[in-house]
Amino acid sequence: MRIGVFVCHCGSNIEGTVDTATVAKASLDFPEVVYATDTMYACSEPGQDGIIQAIKDKNLTGVVVASCTPRMHEPTFRRAVERAGLNRFMFEMANIREHVSWIGRDREANTNKSVDLVRIAVEKLRRDAPLIPSKFSVNKRVMVIGGGVAGIQAALDCADGGLEVVLVERESSIGGKMAKLDKTFPTVDCSSCILGPKMVDVAQHPNITLHAYSEVDSIGGYVGNFQVQVKKRATYVDWELCTGCGACMEKCPSKKNPDAFNEKIGPCTSINIPFPQAIPKKAVIDPTTCRQFVKGKCGVCAKVCPTGAIKYDMTDEIVTEDVGAIVAATGYDLFDISKVTEYGGGRYPDVITGLQYERLLSASGPTGGHIKRPSDGKEPKNIVFIQCVGSRDKSLDRPYCSGFCCMYTAKQTILTKDHIPDSQSYVFYMDIRSPGKMYDEFTRRAMEEYGARYIRGRVAMVYPKGDKMIVRGADTLAGTQVEIEADLVVLAAGAEAAKGAPQLAEKLRISYDKYGFFMESHPKLKPVETNTAGVYLAGSCQGPKDIPQSVGQGSAAAAKVLALFSKDMLESDPQISRVDIKRCVGCGKCIMTCPFKAIKEVEFRGQKKAEVIETVCQGCGICTSTCPQGAIQLSHFTDNQILAEVNALCQS
Amino acid sequence: MPVLTGKELRIVGFLCNWCSYGGADTAGVGRFNQPTDLRIIRVPCSGRIDPLFIAKTLINGADGVLVSGCHPRDCHYAEGNFYARRRLEVLKRFLPILGIDPARFDYTWVSASEGQRWQKVVTVFTEQIHALGPATRHENVSPELLAKVASAIQGGNRVAA
Repeated sequence: MRIGVFVCHCGSNIEGTVDTATVAKASLDFPEVVYATDTMYACSEPGQDGIIQAIKDKNLTGVVVASCTPRMHEPTFRRAVERAGLNRFMFEMANIREHVSWIGRDREANTNKSVDLVRIAVEKLRRDAPLIPSKFSVNKRVMVIGGGVAGIQAALDCADGGLEVVLVERESSIGGKMAKLDKTFPTVDCSSCILGPKMVDVAQHPNITLHAYSEVDSIGGYVGNFQVQVKKRATYVDWELCTGCGACMEKCPSKKNPDAFNEKIGPCTSINIPFPQAIPKKAVIDPTTCRQFVKGKCGVCAKVCPTGAIKYDMTDEIVTEDVGAIVAATGYDLFDISKVTEYGGGRYPDVITGLQYERLLSASGPTGGHIKRPSDGKEPKNIVFIQCVGSRDKSLDRPYCSGFCCMYTAKQTILTKDHIPDSQSYVFYMDIRSPGKMYDEFTRRAMEEYGARYIRGRVAMVYPKGDKMIVRGADTLAGTQVEIEADLVVLAAGAEAAKGAPQLAEKLRISYDKYGFFMESHPKLKPVETNTAGVYLAGSCQGPKDIPQSVGQGSAAAAKVLALFSKDMLESDPQISRVDIKRCVGCGKCIMTCPFKAIKEVEFRGQKKAEVIETVCQGCGICTSTCPQGAIQLSHFTDNQILAEVNALCQS
Repeated sequence: MPVLTGKELRIVGFLCNWCSYGGADTAGVGRFNQPTDLRIIRVPCSGRIDPLFIAKTLINGADGVLVSGCHPRDCHYAEGNFYARRRLEVLKRFLPILGIDPARFDYTWVSASEGQRWQKVVTVFTEQIHALGPATRHENVSPELLAKVASAIQGGNRVAA
């Protein structure tokens, strides 16, 4: 092998604390290294051209680049060596930026360490073999999980692009959180007026199949060929027959159940259609409150239903959908305000969340759009909004900013003034975060035109006095204590990961952060991709987002899916395990340990042997360290390669 | 150019690509200063780490070995770090039988976002190894002995391999 070593300055990022020329010179002493040089920016066009030129001039057969982390530029350099005619796997990187130059100032030690890292890269490269990817076909259907605004956008864009789309929604209607909102900031558009048509488009689009009241049960397969089991939960209403007329809701005798759609501030019937614009507009029976289920007798809905759609004996049903890509758009949930005991959320009826307030403002809400206190139905005059409840609070393990609360609180103060002209809104805030087009202007309007009083400081406690709530807090700008007699207290509850998000992430085999939000592939450059090929993210499941961001991500995820499906065949990553059939004794330990069911048992001349299914193998190498014979080896991370690295470090 | 005599000891790290290697990158991006002793070998998953690698590294003259993977339940490959945890725990108890101070080996979990945690892990482990001092060099260990060690750790017949 003829190896070339390229040591990158990365401007001064590496050169500042590593003597790259010395590293290059020292590399020439390593076996099979025939060429070594330092280069200003290896990843730049002249840098890559220099590598390509050197491969041609010096007849190199393998390349080591000592620069940044391979997680950053390994694909870049692989493409470069491929352009020069080498197999793209005849390439290794030494990470001398993140792991050396950026973490220490000692130039001598850093240079020395860089030489060591180049040494192990060379030893690994010497044992690399060219790898050729194989091709496999793609099933050009896409599944979108979650029918909020992000999922709706992703589904519509994919469907308009000509793909078949399967949309899975946990609730009985799509629409998500946006369907619950009264108005949207900063235009004060009616939320359901702008979302409604999109929901109708989903229902009427010939390319979209909607599974509402359904959940993803299990996911198998790999990019291009996923098999997803979808559990269609029992609705106890035959949706083929249900026309959404609502006769059952009128007659249902169990009327006082907390309405989930109205954030539990209004009642609903046991058989229910959540809101008038629901898509699909079909009824669902809640068996935990329905008298037929609880007491065993009632049957009123079955009697009044004009189409005979009620089926009390319905059971959950599993359907299998074969798709080639999956978009996760499962959204967020609200922080449980009862965890902040000093604010009394959950204890006092007149301490509510911003989303509950949204339902009070909405014309389709439980009060018909009139702001009434939950406790006595009176119109509140003094309303206190408290920001950052469950956001930016380390003590609650919610150190992140939920992003959209500052804006919706400003919107709510404006709407409050519109609804009740003689009302006064107070907002306790930490900082006003309103980056976005027309956003800061909007918050200023709330203060200047609508007279909302913004008080910078935290609230210490909220307690009842008579029929009022006393809000006691600090005004840090005035340096005083403040006490406000409020009729209603609205808490801007922070966003947290949707319930069940970690479990879904595990089914999707994607990572999630410690709060349960799904991890994108790269925080800056790959915001909708995940580390699992063929799985994309849209909306707040990745982190709190407002509506335009969610819509933008929905479209972005759709673009990624369309790009993926623009090819008829996909290339598999050839860095997978391979079985040496002479060494394999057919013990089957690898089959048992493989997390992806990527190894199967085959018969070879009457003997049992293991065989890797190329497209399923993800290249983790668990089988390699399990095999008692060393017969199954992960390409590019073979036992010999890792031991060669160990030897290079120990015997130098 | 070996380790800097008198300044550095020979510490080898085995890090999974997805979490801990990323965590070490994050520490770099955040410019979290660390001792320079550690040399990192990248593997796809902590489940790829054969206990034999660690035993061999220590027998071959490393003064310390640090393994780090994704937090349990957060493995990129779903369950690789569970295999790693079991193997590494067994190895830790087995090291004294090989005549190796188990304090020279440690394993931990660091996610790709935990740059500061990585800085702390490296600093504490390096200090721990420096407190122990250089390891006794096992010169001229015969391949047969290594094979026996391998066999004992694997609990199987890998010697044939």
